[in-house]
Amino acid sequence: MNGTGNIVALRPFPDAARLELNDQQLRTNLRRATHTIRDKRLRVVGEVDDWEALRRAGAAIKDDVLARLPELLERFEESATRAGAVVHWARDAAEACEIVTRLVTGTAAREVVKVKSMATQEIGLNEALEAAGIEATETDLAELIVQLADDTPSHILVPAIHYNRSQIRDIFRSRMPGVTDGLTDDPPALAEAARRHLRAKFLSATVGISGANFAIAETGTLVVVESEGNGRMCLTLPETLISVVGIEKILPTFSELEVFLQLLPRSSTGERMNPYTSMWTGVTPGDGPRTTHIVLVDNGRTATLADEIGRQALRCIRCSACLNVCPVYERVGGHAYGSVYPGPIGAILSPQLTSSGANSTLPYASSLCGACFDACPVRINIPEVLVHLRQKGVDAKRGKPSAERAAFVSLSWIMRDRRRYAAALRAARRGSAPLRGRGRLRRLPWPASAWTDSRDVPLPPKQTFREWWAKR
Amino acid sequence: MSSARTEILARVRAHRPASAPPVPRDYLPDVPGIDVVEVLVDRLADYRAGVHRASAATLPGVLAGLVATSSTVVAPPGLPAEWLAEVAGPVLRDFPGAPISVADLDRPGVTVVTGAAVAIAVTGTLILDAAPDQGRRVLSLVPDHHVCVIWTDQISGGVPAALARLADPSRPITLISGPSATSDIELNRVEGVHGPRRLDVVVAARS
Ligand code: SF4
Repeated sequence: MNGTGNIVALRPFPDAARLELNDQQLRTNLRRATHTIRDKRLRVVGEVDDWEALRRAGAAIKDDVLARLPELLERFEESATRAGAVVHWARDAAEACEIVTRLVTGTAAREVVKVKSMATQEIGLNEALEAAGIEATETDLAELIVQLADDTPSHILVPAIHYNRSQIRDIFRSRMPGVTDGLTDDPPALAEAARRHLRAKFLSATVGISGANFAIAETGTLVVVESEGNGRMCLTLPETLISVVGIEKILPTFSELEVFLQLLPRSSTGERMNPYTSMWTGVTPGDGPRTTHIVLVDNGRTATLADEIGRQALRCIRCSACLNVCPVYERVGGHAYGSVYPGPIGAILSPQLTSSGANSTLPYASSLCGACFDACPVRINIPEVLVHLRQKGVDAKRGKPSAERAAFVSLSWIMRDRRRYAAALRAARRGSAPLRGRGRLRRLPWPASAWTDSRDVPLPPKQTFREWWAKR
Repeated sequence: MSSARTEILARVRAHRPASAPPVPRDYLPDVPGIDVVEVLVDRLADYRAGVHRASAATLPGVLAGLVATSSTVVAPPGLPAEWLAEVAGPVLRDFPGAPISVADLDRPGVTVVTGAAVAIAVTGTLILDAAPDQGRRVLSLVPDHHVCVIWTDQISGGVPAALARLADPSRPITLISGPSATSDIELNRVEGVHGPRRLDVVVAARS
């Protein structure tokens, strides 16, 4: 069954990318932001002596989870239920939205507060709640900015990365109740305005909605990793808490967190640890919500699981490191990908979750430079999956005019600035680019050698980007 | 029509990999060779938390100094009374039968004093697990100012060693690494968005 919701691009990637490329502001903001986070990440990753061992463990734990998923899901359901949570299952986005909407309506609440969550964005929950007359307030500062601006997020981690401070001030002035023209564009002043606006909501909300970064099968515990404290507010103050969780978020035992709590913060924000991590198990009398629901969502994940090469995308812990190192993402921004999952991970995850439509152009939204694999804390070989998905796409469409072909041409256009592209490649040299050199596979120095040595590397059907470029 | 649960589990069963190789666990169980106290102090300061040193004997004085300008001091039910012996103003206790309202915690100038379960030195993280000296999660969330006492023997070097010390993972657990912060506006770090604006940590030696 295919996934549905906000993971389906409406336009083929080249069309969307062409539009976004006109936005100079976006590109400037994006470039500065991704480079800043990327540098911070390299610094804090460099502090960890056993980083490669942690990456290997992280990848292997996730693979083990995928192999044991049925048992672990049942175990999770049993533990969470025993701890007082109510567990629901949803086949696709529509079913997940319907379950959450029914739960909210059942409480008579007309307003809910939300923690930033990829899963709820994926299923289009805000739109569904709105249709049912329920107002959902995003409480993460960046999500709030995007919501007030009637926009969509452009980055997994910093969704409002495409706005600068004066644009944010203007959005607050015109859209945030109680904000006056006196509001300056000083970041602390803007954060203070958001604090005041949201605190009233936190203290009155009776229903909170979250996702989860991890779900522990052994104990039924959910884990949310965040920075601002808005997550803690949503998770502890309301009477009812509803958490929407992809079925791949399971970890077997609590102790597995020792790996992921090291990998995730350093990879995502470039911090040694994010300011707040919350863990809760069912209901604790006297502390936090009195009712907790967990909605386990498939939405194309089981279809992705079926593909031997593609399933590694399900290891993803949504850290966004791959976005920040991607030369294509840096130039077109998140919106061009059309799905809530942008960048390299989006290019392999969205088409697999949905398996048709404009998403099939996404595997071409890459130069295959390999920087994403190098950055990924759970060693998802994104270039390998990209090439695999291209191959699948070509096989399916042989002889027909191909949208992929158009996408490929367009990508070259995006990457035409040769100097920048060369710089991006240089930056990615530590990566594991599956590039062809004079007709045979180039052997790369460690750690990329691990890739070229141990794999039968699938190559693009006709030519690589570099070859194609050389002939231009 | 079968239920979503049955259908999803059947699909997972049909599509999963046959097996996965064993998980390599050659990462470090702890961070060897560091002075955990000094590293924790350094990392906390890096997050712009206030860091203070004390012994069992000087702790009451240090705490009294930190809460001197607070309008109200809030304490979880099991916080040792002697810690607050030198506090001049009123102390509100949060008892399970008579919890302090969120509105009261939200008043200007409220300081909460808590203990902690464990700390992680290399990441500058305090872990609270709702034990009686830490109380409900809202206590360390809603007030403007959080003062947290960590004993030097509660500090572990790295993440695995620290998590292994938690008594019961099914309690409500909060990891706190510095004050609440956002980087959403042009990546400028701004502290105190929703959690306490101010975090003071007292690193205390038992003797
Ligand atoms: S694919 Fe890897 S690098 Fe990209 S978001 Fe997922 S975990 Fe992070």
